[in-house]
Amino acid sequence: MSVQMWTYLFVFLSFGLYIGIAIWSRAGSTKEFYVAGGGVHPVANGMATAADWMSAASFISMTGLISFLGRDGTFYLMGWTGGYVLLALLLAPYLRKFGKFTVPDFIGDRYYSQSARLVAVFCAIVISFIYVCGQMQGAGIVFSRFLEVDVTTGVIIGMAIVFFYAVLGGMKGITYTQVAQYCVLIFAFMVPAIFISIMMTGQVIPQIGFGSELVDGSGYLLDRLDGLSQELGFATYTEGQRSTQDVFFITAALMFGTAGLPHVIIRFFTVPNVRDARRSAGYAMIFIAILYTTAPTVAAFARTNLINSVSNAEYSAMPDWFGKWETTNLISFDDKNNDGKIQYLGDAERNELTVSADIMVMANPEIAGLPNWVVALVTAGALAAALSTAAGLLLVISTSVAHDMLKRTFMPSITEKQELLSARLSILVAVLIAGYVGMNPPAYVAQVVAFAFGLAAASFFPAIVLGIFQKKMNKQGAISGMMAGFIFTASYIIYFKLLNPAASTANNWLFGISPEGIGTLGTLVNLCFAYAISKFTPDPPDDVQELVETIRLPGEA
Amino acid sequence: MPNTSANSYWKANIKLVLSLLCVWFFVSFVCGILLVDVLDTIRLKGFKLGFWIAQQGSILTFIALILIYIREMDKLDSQYKQASSNDTEGEVK
Repeated sequence: MSVQMWTYLFVFLSFGLYIGIAIWSRAGSTKEFYVAGGGVHPVANGMATAADWMSAASFISMTGLISFLGRDGTFYLMGWTGGYVLLALLLAPYLRKFGKFTVPDFIGDRYYSQSARLVAVFCAIVISFIYVCGQMQGAGIVFSRFLEVDVTTGVIIGMAIVFFYAVLGGMKGITYTQVAQYCVLIFAFMVPAIFISIMMTGQVIPQIGFGSELVDGSGYLLDRLDGLSQELGFATYTEGQRSTQDVFFITAALMFGTAGLPHVIIRFFTVPNVRDARRSAGYAMIFIAILYTTAPTVAAFARTNLINSVSNAEYSAMPDWFGKWETTNLISFDDKNNDGKIQYLGDAERNELTVSADIMVMANPEIAGLPNWVVALVTAGALAAALSTAAGLLLVISTSVAHDMLKRTFMPSITEKQELLSARLSILVAVLIAGYVGMNPPAYVAQVVAFAFGLAAASFFPAIVLGIFQKKMNKQGAISGMMAGFIFTASYIIYFKLLNPAASTANNWLFGISPEGIGTLGTLVNLCFAYAISKFTPDPPDDVQELVETIRLPGEA
Repeated sequence: MPNTSANSYWKANIKLVLSLLCVWFFVSFVCGILLVDVLDTIRLKGFKLGFWIAQQGSILTFIALILIYIREMDKLDSQYKQASSNDTEGEVK
């Protein structure tokens, strides 16, 4: 069978599975819609959290970025996994004990203030919305490349699927489809990785192959890759290029951001009790680590393979995949010295080949000449990653509108039925807007996605941690901290990424910190404001201090 | 004094979380970023040590940290439950 046929088969089967699960797990009450009834098993919640978390960016782009960044790519790996330690130790058990539906719920009740709730709703919607647009765009690209439909049709198919199971099942539908999506995406990621590891090093486990000798007798993989990079004038793969403080700040920003992302936090509201919240954080960490320890190995394998297959090769003799990706402009070749051969070099003047980081995962199985069904599997995996994350984000937007804004703030008298209806309607609106943005992507969406982390780090993370660990933290401190952190981080990013991208060089950055890492400083700004202002304003009322006492203790919520 | 066991529970909890976070910080930020070049001078077969910690070892450490946390908190919870049921003996709850 051709790659095309296999792709249709896998996509069709996996979508059928998601729809089947959605019909089976319809939500009847707001509790089912918001937190899946609160009865999800910790292993299932661990898988759902992992799928929720691993987006199109983790699946498609991260490996490619590491491939080109070498050791500097570490900040993605440590940043996006280290945040789970913070989440498991500092947030998940306490928020579960608190036992409400959303992050603004916690902020609003803990800081006894409707304004705090609204600030939190605003942050949650902005962060989730930026993020969901990126997912829709990712799904559109995958559809258009592999199913050979245009991007618009691709986005519409993606929207329709997500809309169907998110509206029908709410958190319940999303949770169980995410469990299925985790299985699909991890299988699709691991199979090509294992194949390539066996092919290049003879080791079945990619993490071991990563440190093994190549079967062609040219020494250890990483030494060979360093050698090839030096020969061609690229940076040495296992050495860092960015300044140490920048890598430090980016890693910290991604960690704090991971722990502050509302769509990840709400997953811990779905388990039965505090003990299970801790357990499911552990399972989630393990399920995520499977992909995150494999990604750097695929990055190194794919990079070595790419250099070996293209460097100094005759352009006319390049295999099929080269031409296919050329038509999408993700690979481009410009024969500067007219010798008919590809010069792939670090020196920009003489380099003739440009390769987009996005194709390293997608094209890797083809470059390595793996069987057609493996190539097709990657498509199903990438779609599972994009759709599962999009669904989780849409749910945050919908609960923020229906629960936090309508029920808890502006229209407390609405019935449960009306609340459920407005939750479903707000998903519809969010899907339509996200789909529109996905079809007409403004050039900066892809860049801005990474900054959702900076914003989450600077707004939610400190507010929640202080809310649990500082009994005397009051509403004035928390609100001003969240606003200061959010505004500081947003303006730094908007200035360097949108208004004046030309000025975005290490010399102009504050303390040499790139916009990617500024969230860390935003977290500190938030903390300073919160502490300073709470010192000069009255302590929180007694019942709030008691609430803090209760969430610190174990026992059923 | 029903609060003594609650206080000691919270103190033990803070102590556990802080010590785990120290390891978290040491492995990721100190070994994986600040001292990575120094550690790279040590080789383990095909890996430079610093590079391996940054791209593999840190993630494995994170798993271990969360698993230790789960185990220790379960112990702490059951101790607390015993202590607090002694505290409230004879009281109507």
